[in-house]
Amino acid sequence: MESTGSLILYFIVALSMVVFSVMAVTTRKILRAATYLLFTLFAAAVVYFMLDYEFLGAVQIAVYAGGIVVLFVFAILLTSRPGDNTERLTSRSRVLGGIAAALTLVVAGYALVSRCAIAFAARPAMENPDMETIGQTLMGTGHGQYLLPFEAVSVLLLACIIGGVVIARKR
Amino acid sequence: MDVTIPILILSIPMFMFVFLGLLGMKMTHKLAGVLGCLGMGTVLLLSYYTAYVYFFSGAPEFVNAAGERLQYLVFDQTWLQFTDKLTIKIGFLLDPISAMMLVVISTISFMVHLYSMGYMRDHHGVYEHGFQRFYAFLSLFSFSMLGLVVAPNIFQMYIFWELVGASSYLLIGFYYIKPSAVSASKKAFIVTRFADLGFLIGILVLSYYTGTFNFTELTSVPVEGIAGVTQIDLGTAEGVRGIFANSAAPMFMGASVLTWALVLIFMGGMGKSAMLPLHIWLPDAMEGPTPVSALIHAATMVVAGVYLVARLFPLYLMEESALVIITVVGAITAFYAAVVACTQIDIKRVLAFSTISQIAFMMVSLGVARPEIHEGLGYMASMFHLFTHAMFKALLFLGAGALIHAIGSNDYTAMHGLRKYMPWTHITFLIGCLAIAGIIPFSGFFSKDEILSSCMGYDWVAYIWMSLVAGLTAFYMFRLYYLIFWWKEHKIPEGHHAPHDQPWTMTLPLVFLAAVSCVAGFIPFGNLVSWNGHPYDFMEHFDWSVATVSLIVALLGIGLATVMYRKENSLPEKFRNAMPALWTWAYHRFYWDELYMFITHRIIFGCVCRPLAWFDRHIIDGTMDSFAAITNKMSDVIKPLQSGQIQMYVWYYLVGALALGGITVLCLL
Amino acid sequence: MELTAIYYLLPALFMFCCGVYGFITRKNMIAMLISLELMLNAVDINFVVFNRFLYPGAFEGMFFTLFAIAIAAAETALAIAIIINIFRAVRNIDVRSLNEMKF
Repeated sequence: MESTGSLILYFIVALSMVVFSVMAVTTRKILRAATYLLFTLFAAAVVYFMLDYEFLGAVQIAVYAGGIVVLFVFAILLTSRPGDNTERLTSRSRVLGGIAAALTLVVAGYALVSRCAIAFAARPAMENPDMETIGQTLMGTGHGQYLLPFEAVSVLLLACIIGGVVIARKR
Repeated sequence: MDVTIPILILSIPMFMFVFLGLLGMKMTHKLAGVLGCLGMGTVLLLSYYTAYVYFFSGAPEFVNAAGERLQYLVFDQTWLQFTDKLTIKIGFLLDPISAMMLVVISTISFMVHLYSMGYMRDHHGVYEHGFQRFYAFLSLFSFSMLGLVVAPNIFQMYIFWELVGASSYLLIGFYYIKPSAVSASKKAFIVTRFADLGFLIGILVLSYYTGTFNFTELTSVPVEGIAGVTQIDLGTAEGVRGIFANSAAPMFMGASVLTWALVLIFMGGMGKSAMLPLHIWLPDAMEGPTPVSALIHAATMVVAGVYLVARLFPLYLMEESALVIITVVGAITAFYAAVVACTQIDIKRVLAFSTISQIAFMMVSLGVARPEIHEGLGYMASMFHLFTHAMFKALLFLGAGALIHAIGSNDYTAMHGLRKYMPWTHITFLIGCLAIAGIIPFSGFFSKDEILSSCMGYDWVAYIWMSLVAGLTAFYMFRLYYLIFWWKEHKIPEGHHAPHDQPWTMTLPLVFLAAVSCVAGFIPFGNLVSWNGHPYDFMEHFDWSVATVSLIVALLGIGLATVMYRKENSLPEKFRNAMPALWTWAYHRFYWDELYMFITHRIIFGCVCRPLAWFDRHIIDGTMDSFAAITNKMSDVIKPLQSGQIQMYVWYYLVGALALGGITVLCLL
Repeated sequence: MELTAIYYLLPALFMFCCGVYGFITRKNMIAMLISLELMLNAVDINFVVFNRFLYPGAFEGMFFTLFAIAIAAAETALAIAIIINIFRAVRNIDVRSLNEMKF
């Protein structure tokens, strides 16, 4: 049984997640879309906090909200003047997008609700993973430890930096 | 006999063909021509030497104690070995007729090589385009023809037979930018190929039963003591007939299989020698340069059919019916060609039909030859006529070439009265005409007279028929002669040179051949060539009554021609009006070409090929086309899916994935 | 009231559907990229939720999300570089104008 506070928090988070994602994809001002995305990402971060993954929530805020959204804002400001509206959507594309989204919702929602008993399992108790555990998991080489992916991601990021420079540089 | 000279005789023309064909364009016209002449001159000397050694050396491999001439296999090399039994060899057989043919071919070929040096250039001395190619082809032809006559087996003969056909094709189509020359060359090739189909089947039938390709095994017995020497013997031919008669199915459609084989082989000869009804290619073959007509279509290649029959003569003796067919075909052809020749106005066409007629003479002569009739006079007469005809017909063609060269037209209504301008040509042409007409003492008199004697001994109908043809021959030749050299000459247009005699390269062959035509009749040919090699004294069988009659007939023909064509008069016109139908039919060569056109175009093309073509176009092609069209349509239909809009791709992908996911959820979980 | 996994999964699913809708309808490439981030985020939440509810002692879901965040950052950086490049070339970042290679 949850405390009332956490229930209220949950509803705020769920509601903002839903509302802001809808607004992020429907607003005609692109800079606002980026802002609504930021709010959605914050909501996701709160979900991580609620599920006792504080480190992950922190990463989500730092990398996503702090890094990626800033990148978006730069890109938007580089490619469009503030105040520009994106074009009106044609009804055809709206219908197509609606069909695809609704279909996804129906298929996945049906599968979740009616065919997935574990989705209704109660939340088991869990210790917050402390930093030492996380650090050793990330840097260890044993079973269920992630040094190799960690290094791979670091190489990927390096490649990405170089690639970004090469692609975006003036010719 | 040493093998070097025979090998050289074959390989020099072959080498000249390759050499001139590959390198001719790198050298000047004149050098190519001189090299060609030198090569052929060497072959000429070697051939003369070979023939001299064969006929006159008296060596034991060439003539036996009784004075009978033998067949000597100089070499015989395995060329293609298919199985133990089926082997094709290349060899060199020396016997009376091949030695005689070596002389004929090398002589005419050399004369033509020399003559072409003058002929194949215009009045300003500029050589014709493709002059080197011309000499290369001439060498190829000489090689093929020499290989044909010395072939010791029928398959080698067939191979060279096709090679002469191919070189004839190349030379008829020498002026390949002229559509008429192209179609003439195709016609010659197709008609003779069609005939060669029969030849090939005949070869296969003959060799299937006898198990050999060799002439000597079919017609001769080996002479003991000397390797490679054989002698013509009827007993071997009897044995061959026995093989056929004892085979499982000796008869086929009412005739013996041997008869079928021989008639089919003769069909190949009919094609090459332009016998009715396969003669249609020869008049058109005159589209080639005139020296080519002289060499190939008068003197050498077209007598290959006669030569073929002569080669297998002992076998033909075994089947009376095959000889009768040869006689009948020859007789009809001789008369037909002579009648047509009386009406043509193209000088080369007249000579072409005259050639057909004279070859038919040789065929008839072979057809009526029997050992019991004047000891096989017909065979010897045929070969003799082949020899003399080659000389005087080449002479006539080369003379005609000189006229055409001078006038620039084949049509002799454009000539008239040339005797003043071209005395050398006039004299030599006259000698040729006298020879072919059969006036004593020119060569044609003797050979034709022997043919007529032989016919006389066979059947009086044949004799009268052939005498009539001989009279017609004299008539049309002198018609030609008078129309060219007499009558009132055309006015020479201002600024044009008068026609004049030709350079020495052209005159020399004319004079040489004319000289040969004058004296060749006195060659004791019977001592050299006879059907079984036995020396043959012609004078024993000389029939003065026949000779007198043939002379009278020839003179009658000449006299009629003199009356009608000596001066321009209205007699020919009256003659024509008296028999308009005959004249028209003869002028149009009795519509043989039209008949062929009708058969091929209307019947074969119309009834067989066109439905087949329709089936091919509409059913077969239609099926394939519809496959292509359906594929095309399908691609047009699905092409818009690839719109370049990434969002549409995502949509398709997503809907597809969701459909799969939905099915999975509903059916499996 | 018990907050079971479904309470977290359904909003995430809805977020994902919004991402799908946006990705298909938006013409501006940056807006499409934003939709893409929404979808990615929804999936991240799924990982974490299943990790937390089914295997509370393990960290696989969490680390997957961690790496996904890193890769998303890389991907976004590259995509934006490409978009800016396109913008330089055609003065426009409308995805419909990029159909040179169709058929």
